[in-house]
Amino acid sequence: MSKIKVVHYINQFFAGIGGEEKAHVEPELREGVVGPGMALNAGFKGEAEIVATVICGDSYFNENLEEAQKTILEMIKSQEPDLFIAGPAFNAGRYGVACGTITAAVQDELGIPALTGMYEENPGVDMFRKEIYIAATRDSAAGMRQAVQVMVPLALKLVNNEEIGSPEEEGYHPKGIRKNFFTEQRGSARAVDMLLKKLKGEEFVTEFPMPDFDRVEPAAALKDLSKAKIAIVTSGGIVPKGNPDHIESSSASKYGEYDISGFDNLTAETHETAHGGYDPVYANLDADRVIPVDVLRQYEKEGKIGELHRYFYTTVGNGTAVASSKAFSEEIGQKLIDDGVDAVILTST
Amino acid sequence: MVKGIEKYGIPVVHMCTVVPISMTVGANRIVPTIAIPHPLGNPNLDEKEEYNLRKRLVDKALDALVTEVDGQTVFE
Repeated sequence: MSKIKVVHYINQFFAGIGGEEKAHVEPELREGVVGPGMALNAGFKGEAEIVATVICGDSYFNENLEEAQKTILEMIKSQEPDLFIAGPAFNAGRYGVACGTITAAVQDELGIPALTGMYEENPGVDMFRKEIYIAATRDSAAGMRQAVQVMVPLALKLVNNEEIGSPEEEGYHPKGIRKNFFTEQRGSARAVDMLLKKLKGEEFVTEFPMPDFDRVEPAAALKDLSKAKIAIVTSGGIVPKGNPDHIESSSASKYGEYDISGFDNLTAETHETAHGGYDPVYANLDADRVIPVDVLRQYEKEGKIGELHRYFYTTVGNGTAVASSKAFSEEIGQKLIDDGVDAVILTST
Repeated sequence: MVKGIEKYGIPVVHMCTVVPISMTVGANRIVPTIAIPHPLGNPNLDEKEEYNLRKRLVDKALDALVTEVDGQTVFE
């Protein structure tokens, strides 16, 4: 059998084009292997080979979802691959969305076996896990070797139409599929075993994890905007100039609470962004582009809103653990309640 | 972030560029914005135009806050 032809998708960063300042680059098709594709190629040991690499900036992709998807699909199709691999995206959110979107489209529209890889907290996992195989990876590129070990065998099984084992065996994110099989013991015996283990405080594995419906009911709408106290919260990392609390540019361990009562308008002299996950040039010139203090202040003066809350709350949403964001927002929520805030405008970059 | 705050019963409007991510994280009121590095602005416009653009987006967000929703709603 001839070598399996693979097309690989990566972002501008892994292609070595640049970081956030290059995140707007448009899709590009390159012959052969680029960047992390080399590790995958080595893993294939001659059985498969990356013949072409599609590169696209993460911001371009996410801001132009439909167009980017169309262009990239054409590029992939032109190479007539047997297999498509995207990423792995590790814990990079926009990259994860791009990898998931393209992988699903290649599988569904081109009918080509496709695979990507991500860390479990990447938003791309929940968006696409039901549709596609997403190999479970670590949260950063330091986990490339592990990613190759999972992705290569899984990709080869997909393209060779071999049976794919359970998520635990193969190392992909569960797709929510139930498969019937025969076991040695009947259900009642297994249930009693599990119960006994639970009573003894021993570890046991459930056969049906309860789905995690992590949703919050929409809060009631404001009755009277002109009496409402409105607060600004952002994951866009806006901080007073100099970042006095040293909020980290990624994987933030804290949030900031800053007084804006003296500001009608944020400027390059007063505020900046601490965020390391997007090109900071525009936000550093005018932070109102991320948190609209100028407009809300005007509306407060005109009486359109009751009051702009004295403090805004900010953190950096860049590879930040879900557990951290949850803890921050619960603390922030409590403070807002205590301060009588009626509604929140939350901005993200 | 959105859910952690809305849990207290405070309505939250999420202004963001990548709407699918906002849907995944469970925001209930969503206003799509301009671009990832400048959600509420556009450096290609002159100052006054840019301010008006931001005003229109904030108007949408305020509209969302006075509108009852019974599930995830995108305010285009």
